[in-house]
Amino acid sequence: MPARISAALGALAEPVCIPLFALAASLVLFGFFVALAGVNPLDMYALIYQGAFGSWFSWQNTLTRAAPLLLTGLCTALPAQLGLIIIGGEGALVAGGLAAVAAAAMAVGGVSIAVAGALRHYRGVNETISSLLLVYITVAIFNQIVEGPMRDPASLNKPSTHAIGDTNMIGNIPGTDVHWGFVFGVLASLVAYVLMYRTTFGFAARVVGGNVRAARMAGLPVGRLILLTCALGGACAGLAGMVEIAAVQGSANYSLVAGYGFTGILVAFLARHNPLAIIPVAILLGGIAASGGLLQRRLGLPDATTLVLQGIIFVVILASEALYGRVTWLRTQGVAA
Amino acid sequence: MTDIGWWGVPLAVIAGAIRVSTPFLFVSLGECLTEKSGRINLGLEGTLMMGAMSGYGIAYLSGSPWLGVLTAGVVGAAFGILHATICALPRVNDIAVGIALMLFGTGLAFYLGKPFIQPQAPILPSIDFGAWSGIPQVEAALKINALFLVGLALAPALRWALANTRWGLIVRSVGDNADAARAMGYSVDRARLLATTAGGFLGGIGGSFLALYYPGSWNEGLSSGQGITAVALVIFARWDPMLCFYAALLFGGAGALGPALQSVGVTQGYYLLNAAPYILTLLIMIVTCSPRRSLIGAPSELSVVK
Repeated sequence: MPARISAALGALAEPVCIPLFALAASLVLFGFFVALAGVNPLDMYALIYQGAFGSWFSWQNTLTRAAPLLLTGLCTALPAQLGLIIIGGEGALVAGGLAAVAAAAMAVGGVSIAVAGALRHYRGVNETISSLLLVYITVAIFNQIVEGPMRDPASLNKPSTHAIGDTNMIGNIPGTDVHWGFVFGVLASLVAYVLMYRTTFGFAARVVGGNVRAARMAGLPVGRLILLTCALGGACAGLAGMVEIAAVQGSANYSLVAGYGFTGILVAFLARHNPLAIIPVAILLGGIAASGGLLQRRLGLPDATTLVLQGIIFVVILASEALYGRVTWLRTQGVAA
Repeated sequence: MTDIGWWGVPLAVIAGAIRVSTPFLFVSLGECLTEKSGRINLGLEGTLMMGAMSGYGIAYLSGSPWLGVLTAGVVGAAFGILHATICALPRVNDIAVGIALMLFGTGLAFYLGKPFIQPQAPILPSIDFGAWSGIPQVEAALKINALFLVGLALAPALRWALANTRWGLIVRSVGDNADAARAMGYSVDRARLLATTAGGFLGGIGGSFLALYYPGSWNEGLSSGQGITAVALVIFARWDPMLCFYAALLFGGAGALGPALQSVGVTQGYYLLNAAPYILTLLIMIVTCSPRRSLIGAPSELSVVK
């Protein structure tokens, strides 16, 4: 094998093997968990596979659910390049859903995350807490508007806005039931990867993430980088909200607040904030979400089962951070090359 | 029934401040202790949900609300141990672990709590301080829950213990300078483990109050951000348990504003008024934080204020 390729593979050994190992470990833990509920773990895994990737139908379901996760994952992953932990994707998604026109959705989503970035930079307010508070505030504004000024009087049981109309819906990819939002998500991930790893802007952003002081010394515009990157991340989540409205729901209602923003945080951490890795990770978690219904019907497990699985994966993946640089076998793979 | 008209609004806000503040109070006292040791536990939002679910479930199954409160505390402490153990591993970020436990705790509470959504558990007793007045609204306002009184006693006790006991000194030194504490022979990880466990215990109790007194039932929308608001409240209270108590009252009052106005017929902006505590938290953080200096009273090992 040419030295360059094996060196590249060696460098990938840790960031690929450790998350995969953590994923396997969390599946085993989750297996014990469902075994306590009297369910055979192997049956469950078979069902998850069947519900997520077992047929063309389940693949389409998986990709449909992966679409918003790709975009909300970017909402956490992009600011993470600057060392910020933003968890406000849910709020940006909801705000974007309300705006519902692509440009406006991206703008309001972008603003809602940029606010958290600006507060961090100019006021020293912790961005994690402020972005989560903004989620609750945005959801309150959303409910207020949906039940108030924009409510369709015909929607009695489930307050909704007027339907946006079939002509305004974005359609499906020809020959499938997967809407165009998935393509938007993949494109956004690719663009984000190029931006972060192949441009001077991305390089500057990652310098800020590595060491803010060094970045300031080097004369980088730290404030502008933070604002722009947060705005881009928020714009992605806003787009996710628009896609959910214009491809799935048809009108803004409470179903929009479905936790895609929060699962997006997990997507970003599992992908180690790398936009390219977000694509497979979002598909995997979209698959887990897609299999939730099957687990409910066939095994009688509650709908929160997939939330528990996501939670276990999240906890284990963070604990696995401790393994980096410690597994000698993976290390020698990298060094020997 | 005496009609007290608009006077009902300030009265309901005061009553609400006492009623709604209790979970804020317990979570913020627990978080205050954890943060004093130099670690932040954002997972208390999940702990709150687990405490609410387990407290309600055990109270329903055993018939004793106090056993429920105790269980909630123990479950909360277990989550504290989980947080502290993972954070003690090298290169693990405590904020990220907190987010993970927030999602895990909420998910687990939804999963295990399904059977308890319908049944009615016995609720915690309250003490009637308003019987003298003869006005029903005043009586309702002065019905004070026993857990609130526990919290009222706990705040000065915690403040005293942090300032005057050997344990308090260890927690503060670990939080202010881990290296110095290590040089003095204290185990930083063990001190943080104990502080986070105790913090989780209090957080769990805060959750049991939600399920066992006010609103007084278990459902999946029970906590929407009370836990995270309480974490922010500790920053506002400058890591002082007594100030946590006053801040919790303020937040409780803000949270009671929406329902209070609704009861006198003001229904405009109901959802926005319910978001009042979050808006208040954000505004207070904007006003009190500064990008240049660290906050007075902040434990210097704390990652949120670095």
